[in-house]
Amino acid sequence: MAKKSNEISALRTSPSENVLASLSPDTQDAVRAAASVGRGRPLIEMRDISIAFGGIKAVDHASVDLHPGEVVAVLGHNGAGKSTLIKILSGAYKRDSGQILIEGKEVKIDNPRDAKALGIETIYQTLALADNVDAAANLYLGRELKTAFGTLDDVAMEAECRKVMHRLNPNFRRFKEPVSKLSGGQRQSVAIARAIHFNARILIMDEPTAALGPQETAQVGELIKQLKAEGIGIFLISHDLHDVFDLADRLCVMKNGKVVGTARKQDVDHDEVLGMIIAGKCPKGAIPGPGAMREAA
Amino acid sequence: MSSAADTSQGPAIQTEGPITRFFRSTEIDPRMLGMVAALILIWCFYDILSGILRGDFGGLLGGSFLTPLNIWNLLNQTSSVAIMSTGMMLIIVMRHIDLSVGSMLSVVAVASAVIQVFQLMPILGVGHPLIWVLGVLACIACGVLVGLYNGLLTAYAQIPSFVVTLGGLISYSGLAFLIAKGETVPITDKTFTLFGGTIPEGWIGTSWSWILALAVCVMIIFALVNGRRQRERFNFPQRPLWAEVFLAVLGSAIVLGLTAVVTSDPWAFKLIENYAKANGVLIPPGLENKDGTAICMAGDKVVRCLDGLIYFKGYSAPALIALAVGVVMTFISTRTQFGRYVYATGGNPEAAELAGINTKWLTVKVFALMGALVGIAAVVASARLTAATNALGSLNELYVIAAAVIGGTSLAGGVGKIYGAMLGALVMQSIISGMGLLNLQAAYQNIVVGQVLVLAIWLDQFYSRRVK
Repeated sequence: MAKKSNEISALRTSPSENVLASLSPDTQDAVRAAASVGRGRPLIEMRDISIAFGGIKAVDHASVDLHPGEVVAVLGHNGAGKSTLIKILSGAYKRDSGQILIEGKEVKIDNPRDAKALGIETIYQTLALADNVDAAANLYLGRELKTAFGTLDDVAMEAECRKVMHRLNPNFRRFKEPVSKLSGGQRQSVAIARAIHFNARILIMDEPTAALGPQETAQVGELIKQLKAEGIGIFLISHDLHDVFDLADRLCVMKNGKVVGTARKQDVDHDEVLGMIIAGKCPKGAIPGPGAMREAA
Repeated sequence: MSSAADTSQGPAIQTEGPITRFFRSTEIDPRMLGMVAALILIWCFYDILSGILRGDFGGLLGGSFLTPLNIWNLLNQTSSVAIMSTGMMLIIVMRHIDLSVGSMLSVVAVASAVIQVFQLMPILGVGHPLIWVLGVLACIACGVLVGLYNGLLTAYAQIPSFVVTLGGLISYSGLAFLIAKGETVPITDKTFTLFGGTIPEGWIGTSWSWILALAVCVMIIFALVNGRRQRERFNFPQRPLWAEVFLAVLGSAIVLGLTAVVTSDPWAFKLIENYAKANGVLIPPGLENKDGTAICMAGDKVVRCLDGLIYFKGYSAPALIALAVGVVMTFISTRTQFGRYVYATGGNPEAAELAGINTKWLTVKVFALMGALVGIAAVVASARLTAATNALGSLNELYVIAAAVIGGTSLAGGVGKIYGAMLGALVMQSIISGMGLLNLQAAYQNIVVGQVLVLAIWLDQFYSRRVK
């Protein structure tokens, strides 16, 4: 089991395309099983989640689920509640009501530590990096490696950081500098490294490509495909429909804190999704949610 | 993925001049160097000016500022502010401020003095060793308590620390007045007063000073060698060898130079005489010389002379306490998880919270640590004065904040160094005691100190704007 998980995590960060072939048959099966989308028990279910900020219902009885190896895109206008919904999952906000289930079991997520302990990692739109410390310190922020004396083991952290950054961004050299001095793409690499380095099961990516150039965006796309292959479930929050149709398996559209509908990517087209986002009109191919316009339902 | 990497690389490899390379290789902060330059300028300015004002222009080293006695005094006077500045640095790094440290110092010192004099002494008797032990503990414990109060209000009641501690500045000084009943409480315990460094028992003398200095030099070299070995083990890029040697030489030179200065400051004439008489040390005969600092017997009279019985002070207790605090605080801020969290939270509070750091409790801990340091500073300050009054720490908050800011602590948070804050304290104290040496009255000193604080903050903003 330990071996298998090692192989899986090797797969997670390896840039090679044909990694599956190099794995033991046992692990291949595990990966394939994990990658079988939409079948069996969902990895995570959020049921009837609500949260209000001073009378405004930011999220109103929203439900969404995610299977292993699946990418679910959460879409919506600014203020539609998608970021808030996702922040409830990552522990940044505490929900007022509703349930979160992981593999069928109800879990308690009251703060970011709880979420991380459950294998939920988040890459925030703002990257959430401590700008004044270096890459290794950010990678291990909140779970520092320590020496036998209880002091920070900076050398070991830097060594690990060099390994993981080498896979993500082989030319990265600026390990001693505060991350505020790094370029946008380098900062993104650090944020991604932090999310995938600790054996995440569920990854939340909030606008992962918003600040990136085309090549870096392609890089992130590659990474998402790799992670999918390992059976990690990914919530992708994005404005960019192009990205969404490229990367996601299903999409979930929100409006005014409510879910308009969920659909498999192949069942809807660009215009229908735009209609969901702008007008809250749920097309035929989608399963309507509580936020769908009545005539559409 | 490697195909995309070159675009995301940014200006990692750039052509750099020899000066940039020097700073990068030695990892010396150019801003620190600016402060050291300012310190040297201030010292030279005062030295030359004091020489001129005395009437005999002697140029550099001809005045009364750059003398072993004055440098020794400077270290002694700086200690209390330097100790507190290390804690203030961390608080400012966390994007908070503590305006109450001066009043806190007064209340802590007064409380401890009252406990020693009115509670312990009648029970234990004069000179009982428990008196000084409990006196020191009382200082630290009271400091931590007050710090906890500040921290809890700031972190959990979400009141801005500026307001919490501004209230504290006023309240604690009132509290100090009440506890002392408005009087000066004399501190008589001999062991406690040695922490003030005003009596020979509080000086470690020539031999111990040199032993200590050599030990520190060995530690500097050991740390550099060890760091190099560690990086070798993990195959990290190394500093160039010349940079390592330069750092070792620079570090040792500073330690040895400072030791040479403090070990050439002799005891006062009367002290040597009293000590010799009390301990039955033979005073050698010799020729009287008014410029001498040693003592000898001219007939049956004890006189000053060039060659005779002489003792040198060496490092004083306050200076050693401050240096020890500096070492411990450097360790805390750079080698522990606590320190890492303080910097990360200062750099981006939201990111720290999202990384799972309990930033509220961290805030409480930082304020409590500040309290403990105020407690230590209160021991030094009250022992130096051999008394505690409700005005003991007045204006200290200004000095401490100025020291931290002059020392490169950014008010925007996230940036600051322990040695910077302590050097900042030295700059502050140099400015103040230089004016004392020129016989400027306290009002002028306050005018200058206040404006120096303003200037330091302007420089900080100017610097961070340029960096961005």
